[in-house]
Amino acid sequence: MLKIENVKRLGSEQLETLFVENGYIKGWNLNDTAEQTLDGRGGTVIPALIELHAHLREPGQTEKEDLASGLAAAAAGGYGTVVSMPNTSPVVDDPSIVRALIEKADGLGLARLRPAAALTKGQSGKELAELALLKDAGAVMFTDDGRTNEDARMLRLGLEYAHSLGLMVSVHAEDATLRADGVMNEGPVSEALGLPGNPAAAEAARVARDIEIAAFTGARLHVQHLSTARALDLVREAKKRGVPVTCEVCPHHLTLTDEALRSFDALYKVAPPLRTQADADALLAGLLDGTVDCLSTDHAPHTRAEKERDLLEAPFGIAYIELAFPLMVTRFADTLGVERIVNLMTSAPARLMGWDEPNLTEGAPADFTVVDLDTERVVDPSTFKSKAKHTPWAGETLRGWPTLTVVGGRVAFERA
Amino acid sequence: MNARPRHLLDFDDYTPERLGAILDNADVMRAVLDRPVKKVPALQGLTVCTAFFENSTRTRTSFELAARRMSADVLSFAAGSSSVSKGESLRDTIETLTAYKVDAFIVRHHASGAAHLVAKYSGKPVINAGDGRRAHPTQALLDAYTIRRELGSLEGKNVTIIGDVRHSRVARSNAQLLPMLGANVTLCGPATLLPRDLAHLPGVKLTTNAQDAVTGADAVMALRLQGERMNGGYLGSLQEYIREYQVNDALLARASDDAIVLHPGPMNRDVEISSAAADGPRSRILQQVENGQAIRMSVLYHLLVGRA
Ligand SMILES: [Zn+2]
Repeated sequence: MLKIENVKRLGSEQLETLFVENGYIKGWNLNDTAEQTLDGRGGTVIPALIELHAHLREPGQTEKEDLASGLAAAAAGGYGTVVSMPNTSPVVDDPSIVRALIEKADGLGLARLRPAAALTKGQSGKELAELALLKDAGAVMFTDDGRTNEDARMLRLGLEYAHSLGLMVSVHAEDATLRADGVMNEGPVSEALGLPGNPAAAEAARVARDIEIAAFTGARLHVQHLSTARALDLVREAKKRGVPVTCEVCPHHLTLTDEALRSFDALYKVAPPLRTQADADALLAGLLDGTVDCLSTDHAPHTRAEKERDLLEAPFGIAYIELAFPLMVTRFADTLGVERIVNLMTSAPARLMGWDEPNLTEGAPADFTVVDLDTERVVDPSTFKSKAKHTPWAGETLRGWPTLTVVGGRVAFERA
Repeated sequence: MNARPRHLLDFDDYTPERLGAILDNADVMRAVLDRPVKKVPALQGLTVCTAFFENSTRTRTSFELAARRMSADVLSFAAGSSSVSKGESLRDTIETLTAYKVDAFIVRHHASGAAHLVAKYSGKPVINAGDGRRAHPTQALLDAYTIRRELGSLEGKNVTIIGDVRHSRVARSNAQLLPMLGANVTLCGPATLLPRDLAHLPGVKLTTNAQDAVTGADAVMALRLQGERMNGGYLGSLQEYIREYQVNDALLARASDDAIVLHPGPMNRDVEISSAAADGPRSRILQQVENGQAIRMSVLYHLLVGRA
């Protein structure tokens, strides 16, 4: 038995004690004795966060990140479950790789790993992967993320096959031919900076195409990391028509704009790119009106040397799974409310995946996080568990930091 | 006047007065170039590093001569993209060069913003000698200087820049600089090579019609058309481009009577500019090269010596 004293439930000021036994929640404020007692220091207990979109880089790119560093970073960010993207080296398109990843992650005692597998072999967009076998091995979602499903017929076949297996296909919705060599949002800023632009239309055009495919196949389509007001409108209209489409947005698209590229710092080079303030405002409105289904980070670690290249050479991606929750709380507690932020990072992703909705009542799996909603801390990348120790928010003051993450009844992270 | 900028990356930190001072000072430098002994001791004891990550013999020669004429030592560094592919970041390269006790960098790079990164990583004064499509400030200064010298002033002058504006750092830098000095800039080219968003720059007009663009112009600058643009699908054919946008005598007939012709070089003769126009009485293309050295001496002096 483990008990955590001095914790609050969301929306309450009362200090309570939470009891955990054999990986499940035993109850609140019991009269039992526990072998281990932890002090929640007045923090608020919420279900452990669920990340549907993280790049953990294993196998093959472990200089950027590996399961141990990535899942430790996730736990430090308050996440209990992480869906890893399959664009590794080799690509996760073989059941044996899925099994190996799960087995390795299980032994780490950090955040739980639920791998996504490639939709097509080698993510080449040419032949379906062995979706049924991948599912049996433990894959929870199919995606060619990192690539963009240029072949519409293959996406159709993939959606149909995955749907028959009850699993979701998620797509990086960007027309690669329209994006071309763009490294940032196309607009006045990209032209002033002389950097090749990626137009908002590259996303909208692809989302429009994919929505039509979802509509006529009837298969579930999940659009990853939406970045533009226009694409969001398309999703909004499609949902009204009853098309089975869902979408996610990332905190970096809510909090940063293409103006950040004026620094010429490749930290801000992401795909899809940082857009305009009007886009960021529209994404927030989409969260408020329910068009956006959940938040994800698209945690995409790279080495510091790679990110210190020039803007054409540096790879796309931003790594901040350890900051996502505090960033959302600090910036959006006033507009969205903490409860909604928590929901968008816990129940909402679980619902999308068809998983049991996380809760903190007796008998529920003991996956939870204690967050300190009040104390401000300065972002210090040197303390990151992730191998990527660089971030746009270095030096910023945030609140809402996770202090304790429990996964399956075991402590996966405890902040000193 | 604002604090003297430490670098010349673009004109963001510059006032028109400061820019005017650089142009004025170029007159003094030109006088040095006309002397039998073309050398002054202004930069004696200083080491200037030309870090060229992209080839450009002309620009490099111009900068190195400018530095040497002011008695600076020159460390010449040329890197292909090979060092990047070996995993060395731009930062590593610059920190290594900085360790050689270099006093200033002159940077040429294929990526926009690279000169800003060199400034950040080296902590030394940096002159941008062309970064990606972003900026080529000394080229714009020498263009402005040439126009001012030939036409007496920039105030109210109409400057038309024709060609591949999309990929041109020369166009972007001129479009930033010339309006600051009182000139009107018209950017012209086929729509595929003329980004609409450049219309947001103050004092800049866009048009796809070369005849309109040149009508009443006091200076007409042709931009180099890279052969690759054909493969990129930007143009239907070279012949079509030549018919619509070549700077030639027929087009120049619409310009003002004493209009001059500029080209940042190297030229594709009889593509973006006709040989007749390039060699004709309006052409100031060789004066640009000459003025380039004086401008670069003036910029070096301004950043490294005359810290008023
Ligand atoms: Zn993606």
